[in-house]
Amino acid sequence: MTSPLAGGVDCDLHPAVPHLTSLLPYLNDYWRDQVTTRGMTDLVSQSYPTNSPISSRPDWRPAQGKPGSSLDDMKAQALDRFGVSTGICNPLYGVQMVFSEDMADAFCRALNDWLVKEWLDKEPRLRGSIVIPVQSVEKSVAEIERCAKDPRFVQVLMLVMGDMPLGKRAYWPIYAAAERLGLPIGIHAGSNYHNPPTSVGWGSYHIEDYVAQAQAFQTQLTSLIVEGVFARHPALKMVMLESGWSWLPSYLWRLHKFWRGVRMETPWVDRSPQEIVRSNIRFSLQPIDAPPDPAILNRLFDHMQSDELLLFSTDYPHWQFEGDQVLPEGISPDLVRKIMVDNPHATYPRLKQPVAKETTP
Amino acid sequence: MNIQFRDRAEPSTPIAVKTAIADCDIHPARATKQELYPFLAKRWHSHLETWGVHPYQGMMEGPPYPKAQPNASRRDAYPPEGGQQGSSLSFMQQQLLDPYNVALGVLNPLGATGQGMRNHDLAAALATAINDWQIAKWTSQDSRLKGSVVVANEDGVSAAAEIRRRAGDKNFVQVLLLSRNVEPLGQRRYWPIYEAAEEAGLPVGVHAFGFGGNPITASGWPSFYIEEMVGHSQCQQTALASIVLEGVFASYPKLKMVMIEAGFGWAPSLSWRLDKIFAKLHGEVPHLERKPSEYIRDHIFWTTQPMEDPERRDHLFDVIDWIGWDKLLFATDYPHWDFDEPSRVLPAGVSDANREAFYLGNAKKLYGIA
Repeated sequence: MTSPLAGGVDCDLHPAVPHLTSLLPYLNDYWRDQVTTRGMTDLVSQSYPTNSPISSRPDWRPAQGKPGSSLDDMKAQALDRFGVSTGICNPLYGVQMVFSEDMADAFCRALNDWLVKEWLDKEPRLRGSIVIPVQSVEKSVAEIERCAKDPRFVQVLMLVMGDMPLGKRAYWPIYAAAERLGLPIGIHAGSNYHNPPTSVGWGSYHIEDYVAQAQAFQTQLTSLIVEGVFARHPALKMVMLESGWSWLPSYLWRLHKFWRGVRMETPWVDRSPQEIVRSNIRFSLQPIDAPPDPAILNRLFDHMQSDELLLFSTDYPHWQFEGDQVLPEGISPDLVRKIMVDNPHATYPRLKQPVAKETTP
Repeated sequence: MNIQFRDRAEPSTPIAVKTAIADCDIHPARATKQELYPFLAKRWHSHLETWGVHPYQGMMEGPPYPKAQPNASRRDAYPPEGGQQGSSLSFMQQQLLDPYNVALGVLNPLGATGQGMRNHDLAAALATAINDWQIAKWTSQDSRLKGSVVVANEDGVSAAAEIRRRAGDKNFVQVLLLSRNVEPLGQRRYWPIYEAAEEAGLPVGVHAFGFGGNPITASGWPSFYIEEMVGHSQCQQTALASIVLEGVFASYPKLKMVMIEAGFGWAPSLSWRLDKIFAKLHGEVPHLERKPSEYIRDHIFWTTQPMEDPERRDHLFDVIDWIGWDKLLFATDYPHWDFDEPSRVLPAGVSDANREAFYLGNAKKLYGIA
């Protein structure tokens, strides 16, 4: 087994909102009234049904409540167990699924405030991602600016499937704000289900939706690259979270080939897709969609042609690996250090910032 | 691609040009719209003139994303007698079949062929017409060419009837579907196609492209042609996942499928992802008797064009080793602009047996050509 290195950064942890009513203290009177009067139900996304095996490792599933809803469990099962210095929280509560941008905005603000009070204030190793109401770029920018005053927010979080491809120019003010404030954009698996969850329509099964997340990441990378996001924002980092990454090399071979063929269509793309990925795009380690064969894995790492792309993640409490086997078999100590320490610190500049309590919004 | 080639350290191997090859993705075109009329009932002539083909996309003429060049085809492929690229048998013989010694050429007609159309009666009539046209204009004129049974993809009943009509006809070697449809291809509405194809002993080719009304990403419509081109690979991955997870191969164990023009480099990573998640979520799909990767390995073939083109040839060989040298079918995509030149696609360092399988043997075996 490859042992984790003490002092690493876990870049993908999922604290769970116990219920929509948990956000009531963080909503204003109007929205509190809306939630109760209209009998709104819990915002659990189809991407992660609470009882689906993917949503929690069996030995991490609590006797009561949602997996990932207990800070004590997270400490024992992830933070302490893998000896990390820092864990980045990416809440996956289904606030993006609602269709009203006003409601989404209220829920996002409540979710971010909830994260501060219930998690970040209680555990000094934790950092947060800013969940934004993507339907409204203006409100998203405002929420980024509001939360960014707290240096414990180290990233902006978006879902891989939304209303429009992520490279679209309408979204660029979000990227400008993130770049200005030293926040990478984290793009996590999941959908707001405003479009079919695959590019060929609605499938029959949850397992299909999960497999399709990887294809959604591929199309989003294409969009981000060819629209020119990184020509405009060269310092912006984006992190693909729970995306898988074994698809990356062959995907880039194809994109590169077509880019050479039709680059006249997008002349502002001034570097090859490979170069853009190497400088601007990172991937969380889990899930590792490859056989547990060190020979194949080491070939895949060779195909990646960079040891700077992967960031350590447990994807806690999602079920991606067994026991303590969070790192793949047969990788070098040097690569372990890169994945667990060097690469996350190079990606998240705010991890270096001292945390001052009074900056909490 | 016909735009540029990377200089390679090793010279390309000219032997491939002289040895007979199979080209498993050739696109025959109609010189004019009216070329199909002799094969279509009179009623449809005026229908087409008045209402067009009424596809699952908005443009009356042409594709939703403008191609990089006219008809997405090589500028040197216009026949001397006129008409669009790929519409002349004699020029195809002169430009493709003879110089590259194509022993087997599989025709995959695209365009207004009855696929991706909202009017299912029109779709059925066009599909039958395009199949008759393939015999009349191509396969009966050059024995190297074999047709694909085009079907009205959204209407399983008429599609199955068309397949049964062509069963046993040596002019055809496969059934043709496109990757983008109203629903993912594993859905039950398409099963009559698979049943009839298995019964007829014909593989089902799934060519990239098509229209089913769904945005080409799970986040809506992108801006650029390159996103559509690259995105066909993601559509194909999803369509294949649907076919496997719905249990098409569990129900039709003799059925073979060919993934056409969607790349093959993604086959290993998709298989690994499917297996990994299947280990945890198999309770949702109890109709699967085997791991997803085993269905893929035993039922799926891949045409090569557009060949993935890594900087290092050992990376390409890794991927082919993971898929199997017995599963790849060489294709040029003639007359399209991203034509793969036979002598250029395989780097040096391939055994004679693998080279022969890649260029010809696998295709002859799959398509039952002696």
